[in-house]
Amino acid sequence: MAQSQGWVRRYAKAFCKGFFVAVPVAVTFLDRVACVARVEGASMQPSLNPGGSQSSDVVLLNHWKVRNFEVQRGDIVSLVQQEASVEGPRATFQASKSRKQLSGFLRQAGVRTELEPAPNRKADSAVESRSPARALNKLRSPKNPEQKIIKRVIALEGDIVKTIGHKNRYVKVPRGHIWVEGDHHGHSFDSNSFGPVSLGLLHAHATHILWPPERWQKLESALPPERLPVQREEE
Amino acid sequence: MLRGVLGKTFRLVGYTIQYGCIAHCAFEYVGGVVMCSGPSMEPTIQNSDIVFAENLSRHFYGIQRGDIVIAKSPSDPKSNICKRVIGLEGDKILTNSPSDFFKSHSYVPTGHVWLEGDNLQNSTDSRYYGPIPYGLIRGRIFFKIWPLSDFGFLRDSPNGHRFSDD
Repeated sequence: MAQSQGWVRRYAKAFCKGFFVAVPVAVTFLDRVACVARVEGASMQPSLNPGGSQSSDVVLLNHWKVRNFEVQRGDIVSLVQQEASVEGPRATFQASKSRKQLSGFLRQAGVRTELEPAPNRKADSAVESRSPARALNKLRSPKNPEQKIIKRVIALEGDIVKTIGHKNRYVKVPRGHIWVEGDHHGHSFDSNSFGPVSLGLLHAHATHILWPPERWQKLESALPPERLPVQREEE
Repeated sequence: MLRGVLGKTFRLVGYTIQYGCIAHCAFEYVGGVVMCSGPSMEPTIQNSDIVFAENLSRHFYGIQRGDIVIAKSPSDPKSNICKRVIGLEGDKILTNSPSDFFKSHSYVPTGHVWLEGDNLQNSTDSRYYGPIPYGLIRGRIFFKIWPLSDFGFLRDSPNGHRFSDD
């Protein structure tokens, strides 16, 4: 009897020890080195999810590569979603008349979100009422319920980009920001809707498609030639 | 002899990795001790005060108006800023910078927060760069440990008039 109790205790001790080693190491690995995530939505067609809504690719997200916030034009990156902001990060506080109207519109959206149980959806639809053909390309990682979006980097800080459907025809990307777009123009909720994105929201660099097996490939860093920045930052 | 040295090295490396990972998890998900520098949060936090920061309320979306938060700077992701949350999404806020003569209002967009320092005369904050995305917030500061004369929970904002009425 005493012997079996000792065995149980020893087993529990070993289990706890293993648990306290394995969990932090695994979490740190997933946070700092790499993790995998499933891509939802059609906004990155044809690079990701070419089969439409039936297929969903699993990609490898490399955190280690972007630990110093270094990205190149053409890279596919994942970002923490900054929700449906119709305006760019620095736009709202410059009060012009049309922007005031827009912020009034936003406030209505905001008020509604306080009443409705699904704030995100409401906010998205608020944007979609402005441009109905937009679809969010979502990434759902099992560890983190926070939504991520996956997009291609089009321009870095200091570049001037020609926008597609943004309120300004040309935008200079501010310091510490990047311009991201989905490959599927017109069906992507990207910088053309919410403006330049702060690099602090950068999550990882998508390097490979892991699943389904027949689509196993390295994701090339390629910038569409027509989306080259109008003017690069002077070195 | 050689096996002993090798075993010791392996054990050392293993322990280093293990405790490094535990430290990462603690700093990322629970919180830690932070030293604040800069004059923008005076008089609540003086230059080079040491404070406790917790990261739990960020993960559970518990950031409220009036909380002091640490966030990544929107223009430089490697540096952090320490400011007070003045408005959450949908709030109406005063956006006039000190140089402006006229008062102007604006609404914080969805998924963003409006940050301001307590030292309104000497603070680079949302009045300058606009609302910042919620995803940039790292943690919430709530307890000061150094200097000992000011030990305890942090005071409320001295600029109560900056908060929206509704």
